[in-house]
Amino acid sequence: MLNELSVKISGEAGQGTKTVGMALCNIFRRCGYHVFASQDYMSRVRGGNNFFQIRIADRPVSAPREYSEITVALDSQSVGLHNRYVSKNGIMVLDRKKFGTKEENESYFDVPMYELAEKSGNVIFLNSVACGVVAGIIGVDFSHVENELKKIFSEKQETVIIKNIEAARSGYDFAAANFSREKLKLAPLSGQGQTPFLLKGNDAIAIGAIRAGCKFYSAYPMTPSTSIMSTIAAYSREFGIVVEQAEDEIAAINMALGASFAGARSMTGTSGGGFALMVEGVSLAGMTETPVVIVEAQRPAPATGFPTRTEQADLDFVIHAGHGEFARVVYAPGSIEEAFYLTIKAFNIAERFQVPVMILTDQFLADSYRNVAGFDLDREKVARYIISREESRTITAYKRYQLNESGVSPRAIPSWIEEVIYVDSDEHTEEGHITEDAGLRMKMVEKRLYKKMAGLLAEAVKPVSHAAESAEIVLVGFGSTYGVIKEAVEALPDKIGLVHFPQVWPFPAEDAKRLLKNAKKVINVENNASGQLGKLLMRETGIPVSGSILKFDGRPFDLDYLLRSLGEIR
Amino acid sequence: MNIDDFKSNDQVAWCPGCGDFGILTAVKKALAGLNREPKDILFVSGIGQAAKLPHYVKSNCFNGLHGRALPVAVGAKIANPALTVIVTSGDGDCYGEGGNHLMHNIRRNADITVIVHNNQIYGLTKGQASPTTDEGQQTPVQVDGVVLEPLRPLELALALGAGFVARGFAGEMEHLSRIIIEAVNHKGFSLIDVLQPCTTFNKVNTFEWYRQRVYKLNDDNTYDFTDKFSAYQKAAEWPKRIPIGVIYKIEKKTYEEKTGISAKPALIESNIQDIDISRVLKDFA
Ligand SMILES: Cc1ncc(C[n+]2csc(CCOP(=O)(O)OP(=O)(O)O)c2C)c(N)n1
Ligand code: SF4
Ligand SMILES: [Mg+2]
Repeated sequence: MLNELSVKISGEAGQGTKTVGMALCNIFRRCGYHVFASQDYMSRVRGGNNFFQIRIADRPVSAPREYSEITVALDSQSVGLHNRYVSKNGIMVLDRKKFGTKEENESYFDVPMYELAEKSGNVIFLNSVACGVVAGIIGVDFSHVENELKKIFSEKQETVIIKNIEAARSGYDFAAANFSREKLKLAPLSGQGQTPFLLKGNDAIAIGAIRAGCKFYSAYPMTPSTSIMSTIAAYSREFGIVVEQAEDEIAAINMALGASFAGARSMTGTSGGGFALMVEGVSLAGMTETPVVIVEAQRPAPATGFPTRTEQADLDFVIHAGHGEFARVVYAPGSIEEAFYLTIKAFNIAERFQVPVMILTDQFLADSYRNVAGFDLDREKVARYIISREESRTITAYKRYQLNESGVSPRAIPSWIEEVIYVDSDEHTEEGHITEDAGLRMKMVEKRLYKKMAGLLAEAVKPVSHAAESAEIVLVGFGSTYGVIKEAVEALPDKIGLVHFPQVWPFPAEDAKRLLKNAKKVINVENNASGQLGKLLMRETGIPVSGSILKFDGRPFDLDYLLRSLGEIR
Repeated sequence: MNIDDFKSNDQVAWCPGCGDFGILTAVKKALAGLNREPKDILFVSGIGQAAKLPHYVKSNCFNGLHGRALPVAVGAKIANPALTVIVTSGDGDCYGEGGNHLMHNIRRNADITVIVHNNQIYGLTKGQASPTTDEGQQTPVQVDGVVLEPLRPLELALALGAGFVARGFAGEMEHLSRIIIEAVNHKGFSLIDVLQPCTTFNKVNTFEWYRQRVYKLNDDNTYDFTDKFSAYQKAAEWPKRIPIGVIYKIEKKTYEEKTGISAKPALIESNIQDIDISRVLKDFA
């Protein structure tokens, strides 16, 4: 009996690997298992090789494994590509007749998937057959498969539903009749209930934005950020949100700033290349003190890089982006939950401190699904930090950039207040008019940089740690590596700790120093080539890393890879 | 309302004699005529001499980045359609650096007015060629004369389907202020290209040069500004005689109408306390 196993669905782009994968996620989730699924897809719409990999376990899991117990090849090249990633007792489900496979391999489990699909009426039922096969091999009750298919095709005709269920049934029965290795049976669950939701990182950001009162989202499509825009768009009518596809990323951020200045909570999202185009706008947000939330979903660069793959190489870029000196915040969520809460926080903090707030994520977190229990809406309350319409009526002699202790001048909304508001990207007076006065310049820089940074630091999100103060070896990471680092630490109890940074700017240096003060070895685990977090830690705390585990092949860490790397380094 | 209601306390930083003064006067006159309160008007600008104008008017002002006034203006308009949004821009700002935004905002057709101070030169950066500088004109950078053919903004706007296309002259303030009123009252994107002598850096296109050439298009009420073919002809009339006035004007559905936002409460009026996301989460169950 296994307490976890990985299932990989592999095929060409356009063959529906994701459809099968998502259905399986839901089937096993509803049986009460925990699931984690990552997507590996190419920057093409047809052909090539895509795969969807699901980890199914009796406990929460948050990272992929290197090897899969069950691999389903939907086309012949998948067999060759993924054979070496079949686990020791694992199997490769293939269709010998269809693929013309001659060679023998003890892992091969031949299923006439195409024939079964055609028998149900059409090859388009292949996905349902595959679903049934996996369910049959693992041995979950067929009713779960049936219910999921009913749900997927709920808007289709009755005959479509029936045929898909038939197809799945034929795959299920075939597997049940012909597959007899007890080894691949999952351990029964020890009483956990179902977790109600299945979300990927981008879903959590989109839902967080809706909850936070985002009313305007302008962006230019760029993988892997685009699904945030389309998810918000899907709910835009219901929640009174305007989603506008801008002519370019420069327009996207400037539109968001215009809407924010006018009084609407605004957001934009992109990847590194688009963010490069937004950079002057980030600086404008800093200078004009206009709140804006920007998602930067990283993918491997430079330039176009690997459009659909993952990397964490924009940390240095994002914390420094923008000419001149001004305060900003950069969050780096490491889980679905953090993505949700930090998105709400991003809107609150952006408005409260009147600064740009960046959410630094990446393709791995953006596109990976996990079952979640739901969100605690009291944990991150939505709060407003503007002069309300009522208050506005009583205000006279308003100065948009009034100098004060906090560095944050009360922000009025145009037309709510009787007076007019001047905002400028040139250096300006308290009234917002252009000035070249040296003394005033210094006061304004102090306001935008020193005072706001101090305020922001006091509100910084604390690092997440595990056994950091007691372990000899402490792994440090930011963003999407949290899940895999956490599992590695759990797999090696008592020897190793972790510090994960959900906020990388302003850097919580004092917390980091406290957490790392007993560590003999600090090792940074990063999806980039230069160890940017390690260097940031050194700059901000003086703590050097004594080893680095860096991965920059455009693929995420998997648990086995990290454990192996740790073995080498220790 | 009268002109004094729009008086700003900020010191004007233009060269004496600059055509921008005429435009400023025309703008204030138009505002007085429009009868809207300063608090309900938003001027958005980029960077350049023209882009400083909002500081010299009492109204809301967002003076943003070079070339980027249009996206800011549209964002603000979408968030609060009740605002009267006016962009003041230069020929470099609007036709050069921000060209892509001009192109796509004509297509977007939000209800905003764009006034381009076209001095056929980069004023603020001291005299380099702009997209509208005539071929052959020498500058400190184009030392052998401008090689690129000039951009014809009105023809461009017509080709892109703009619903309101006009040309004014900084030396004809009364006439210009009437165009501005008409543009603001027009529903949808309105472009006014204003001939603006730069007395310091453009020694070719002077007040004198423009005065000898401009004529008012519709003084006798015989010009049909709804006819696109004549509009193209008038837009292309350059440089022997240069028509000023409304060259083209038709009713089109605005962005706000097409998206339905004009029929709903403004985004800025939304109550964002305790938004119920349970319905959304259901889709992920
Ligand atoms: C990104 C950027 N590039 C260049 C500049 C420098 N710059 C400021 S204004 C300007 C040209 C202004 O020309 P125009 O828009 O015609 O305005 P004018 O000064 O003639 O009224 C330039 C190149 C800048 N501020 N920002
Ligand atoms: S440089 Fe030219 S455009 Fe600028 S203020 Fe002087 S005269 Fe006017
Ligand atoms: Mg100019």
